[in-house]
Amino acid sequence: MSSFSITEPSRTQKWVAGALVVGYALITLLPLIWILTTGFKSPVDAISYPPKVFFEPSLEGYVNLFTTRTRVSPEQLQALPPPASWYEEIVRNRDMVIAGPSRYGERFLNSVIIGFGSTFLSVFLGTLAAYAFSRFKVPLKDDLLFFILSTRMMPPIAVAIPIFLMFRSLGLSDTHLGMILLYTAVNISLSVWLLKGFIDEIPREYEEAALIDGYTRFQAFYKVVLPQAATGIASTAIFCLIFSWNEYAFAVLLTSGTAQTAPPFIPTIIGVGGQDWPAVAAGATLFLVPVLVFTILLRKHLLRGITFGAVRK
Amino acid sequence: MSDTPIDRVAKATPPVLARKIRGFSDRAIAWVFIAPTIFLLLAVNIFPLIWTINLSFTNFRANRPNREVDYIGLRNYERILTDGDIWLTMQATAHFLFWTIFFQVLIGFTLAWLINRKFKGNDLWTTIIVLPMMLSPAVVGNFWTFLYQPQIGLFNYGVSFFTGIDPSSFQMIGDVALAPWSIVIVDTWMWTPFVMLICLAGLRSIPDYIYEAAEIDRASKWRQFWTITVPMVLPFLMLAVLFRGIENFKMFDLVVQLTGGGPGSVTELTSINLKREAFEKWRTGYASAYAIILFVTVFGLASIYVKALNKVKER
Repeated sequence: MSSFSITEPSRTQKWVAGALVVGYALITLLPLIWILTTGFKSPVDAISYPPKVFFEPSLEGYVNLFTTRTRVSPEQLQALPPPASWYEEIVRNRDMVIAGPSRYGERFLNSVIIGFGSTFLSVFLGTLAAYAFSRFKVPLKDDLLFFILSTRMMPPIAVAIPIFLMFRSLGLSDTHLGMILLYTAVNISLSVWLLKGFIDEIPREYEEAALIDGYTRFQAFYKVVLPQAATGIASTAIFCLIFSWNEYAFAVLLTSGTAQTAPPFIPTIIGVGGQDWPAVAAGATLFLVPVLVFTILLRKHLLRGITFGAVRK
Repeated sequence: MSDTPIDRVAKATPPVLARKIRGFSDRAIAWVFIAPTIFLLLAVNIFPLIWTINLSFTNFRANRPNREVDYIGLRNYERILTDGDIWLTMQATAHFLFWTIFFQVLIGFTLAWLINRKFKGNDLWTTIIVLPMMLSPAVVGNFWTFLYQPQIGLFNYGVSFFTGIDPSSFQMIGDVALAPWSIVIVDTWMWTPFVMLICLAGLRSIPDYIYEAAEIDRASKWRQFWTITVPMVLPFLMLAVLFRGIENFKMFDLVVQLTGGGPGSVTELTSINLKREAFEKWRTGYASAYAIILFVTVFGLASIYVKALNKVKER
């Protein structure tokens, strides 16, 4: 745009607009900053009035997040050998000893396994289907595509009833495999729609040239289309991963022990007299940071992802 | 020569078979590529849906699988449609839907319009504003109960800081009058960026020359806004409302963690109510009928809306 354009906003306009947007951004960030800082507060600082902005950082929240502790009497505490590590010392200061690791690690690992498993499957299946929808004449194409999208409109709780019964009779309740299949089915609509958009943008001429050179369809797909679609596939994968990572409704209804992911677990972290907020905040921080990083990586394709490819920039 | 797994497979394939594979028609490939997806969706979505329809005509209870199941016709549907509590739930959902969409459109559009003033660093601040939207609603919702606590909560403190009201004098989550607004506030905080991003795409799609032409015709800024900006962003805005509408009609995770439907049942949205019927009271047959009604409602409303959206687009 030339600097003489009459549609260019004036300097004052820009300045006021910028100030308002920055103001909104700072307010909207406050809850997130609060999660981050609460994780480093001691339990007393976390619930002080007025809320503390400046405080002495403590790792107690993180220690409590990863351990289970039992209270001991002062005499017993005296009789114990001196603490062997810094985290034991933190626990001892509260008249407690470490009883063992907490379940947070397991739950986090479950989130990773189920997230990556379902992402791989939905992107794999989605790429194949998207390629076929993009390049071939498929009977009832529009109906099939709409059918794939419509599966996303069902409230999760509504499908959860028969899935609960189905998983129970197939022995898939509370298993990683069951959750991976379920999340794949939920994500595949997004995956097909997004990838179809990305593959539509790759000129057909590339493949046609490859076919004339003697490639088979499979080879053309594998060697020509896939490398071209790599960015699209990567951003689709991140969207699928974020969805599985954040999902709560199915996780809370269909898992309880072995395959439970972190979102249903984090709210159940309790301490003395209610939720242990520093530990909850610590757990939330570790759980949210990967998504924040991915969001920043994705920012160019964000709009496309959240609208199922309906809006492209 | 490259040596990818596929090449090795190709070399190892006997020529006769290779010719056959080569001969795979495009149509066959299309089906091979699409079939797994369709199969998975049939197994995990459509089969359960049909099962739900079947269950909705029975008095089945999932916690007593050995009890005899009777087909009771449309009794479940009858009971749901005449149940006063369900209408209260629907009202709570309608309140939630209306106000979240109202605030998100208002704030989202304003932000997009401001960002489109193209001030320095607008990309960076857009990314920062978007962050809450991508996070886990259950985890964030749970943490908001901490922010909402009287006395120690940051939200109450903020309100008292700006208005002078005693922070321990009101409870956002515990109060019957305030609880419906507590969920609206968090949802608006989380999802305004969604509307903002889509509006921004709309605003950026308007070519400069239209404004230049209007400027030459001496149209006022106000007039330009209402006759150029608004109509051209409207299809985008309607799309954003469609997405938010469907999502918030299904709303479960955020609200269940925030208020759990309480106090009493003033924030008991349909999904939470349904979960209670299905997985706490274990009235599986009844809950199945309920699920079908919800699904038909979403689907029906969405189709009507999409028709309207297409009309706006054609203009």
